[in-house]
Amino acid sequence: MVIGDEPHRPYDRPPLSKEFLTGPYDEDRLLLRPTADPANLDFTLKLGRKAIELDVEQGRVMLDDGEVITYEGLVIATGAQPRRLPASAGAEGASGLHVLRSLDDARSLREDLHPGKRVLVVGAGFIGAEVAASARQMGCEVTLIDLASAPLDRVLDSASGMAIADLHRSNGVDVRLEVALDHVEVDEGGRVKRSVLSSGDVVAIDTVVVGIGVVPNTGWLSGSGLTVDDGVVADETCLAAPRVVVAGDVAKWPNRSFGGRMMRVEQWDNAIDQGGYAGRRIVAAIKGDALATPVEPYAPIPWFWSDQYDRKIQLAGMPTERAELMQGAVADRQFVKAFLDEDDVVQGVLCWNRPRQAVLGRQLVAAGESVAAARERLG
Amino acid sequence: MKVNVDFDLCESNAVCMAVAPETFEVRDDDFLYVLNENPPAEHHEKVREAAERCPKQAITLEDV
Repeated sequence: MVIGDEPHRPYDRPPLSKEFLTGPYDEDRLLLRPTADPANLDFTLKLGRKAIELDVEQGRVMLDDGEVITYEGLVIATGAQPRRLPASAGAEGASGLHVLRSLDDARSLREDLHPGKRVLVVGAGFIGAEVAASARQMGCEVTLIDLASAPLDRVLDSASGMAIADLHRSNGVDVRLEVALDHVEVDEGGRVKRSVLSSGDVVAIDTVVVGIGVVPNTGWLSGSGLTVDDGVVADETCLAAPRVVVAGDVAKWPNRSFGGRMMRVEQWDNAIDQGGYAGRRIVAAIKGDALATPVEPYAPIPWFWSDQYDRKIQLAGMPTERAELMQGAVADRQFVKAFLDEDDVVQGVLCWNRPRQAVLGRQLVAAGESVAAARERLG
Repeated sequence: MKVNVDFDLCESNAVCMAVAPETFEVRDDDFLYVLNENPPAEHHEKVREAAERCPKQAITLEDV
């Protein structure tokens, strides 16, 4: 049985910030397994229903309509939700204010992206940067702001982050860094009209998109006894309790490929891999003594990409403070960089319009290769 | 099994190459090459996974 709080059939999220906003994809194009007949699946799909409480001892999940589901094995994959502006921003409930996570969010945002409309994007992470690019493609006037000194500062070195800023500027986006949104002013009709930045600057707007990160959906687990710390904490096999495993954006687990570092990965590729792993893991847990069954740890090399304008930006592995150029030039926006640890072992590989090197880079990270091997294979 | 790629949809994300390198290769020109359009039986499972995971759903498979 699969329970989900959205009313829609399962769909693919990455196009929501890109092809769905700019037009080429309609909703049918987003569906996973579009030809599958929901009545013919060999599992029950409960849509539009929310889990509100978990009893690990009894093996029971309570739903929002009062139904109680008893389980032998449970996979927690409740994902995350967008972080909202603080109440002090004064924009709560205003029309023209958006976040982007779900199909409903994207439907609503799409209505507001018309040529000439003035769009403020708060946060230059993946969602913010992709929405800024899509809004430009739709002919909007776009301002992109971020608190950090460079876009994508959680995942890129500053030189590569500044290359993102340059990419947006050369496509006509007004990029402003080290600045926050102080508050939003609303017109008589309840629609956003002006934004005041922490610098004191005022930007006239028709639409605001807030992309300031996500918060894992763990509220329903308070009182469950599971450990929650920016995600549901699990062991290196994704097991959070004897018959409970975690997967996707909500999962936090030690990744042995990176010295057991606690990770929570918000990427599409990991959601697929970890979901498959979680399914196998829970079957092992149900069949055998959960803690005694030997299971290979889940130790992936994370891999993500982001499409902005005509650039495909891919990162395999994890960024570090030490970045070394392997080929190309940052100024040309086509390059490969390796991220190294203090022993010159490759921890991550960043590729701009170099997809082949992203695959090779992921193999280098998995094999624990040094910078010399990376130069040879990626140069 | 016959492998077809819709090159109008393909964006060279190289997911297929990561899953099934015997069959799919993205080269330095950033284009995808199908190394074997009729992969042998031992590669079928990986090729099916590659087709399922393609973010653009650009790979289709025919039984022959």
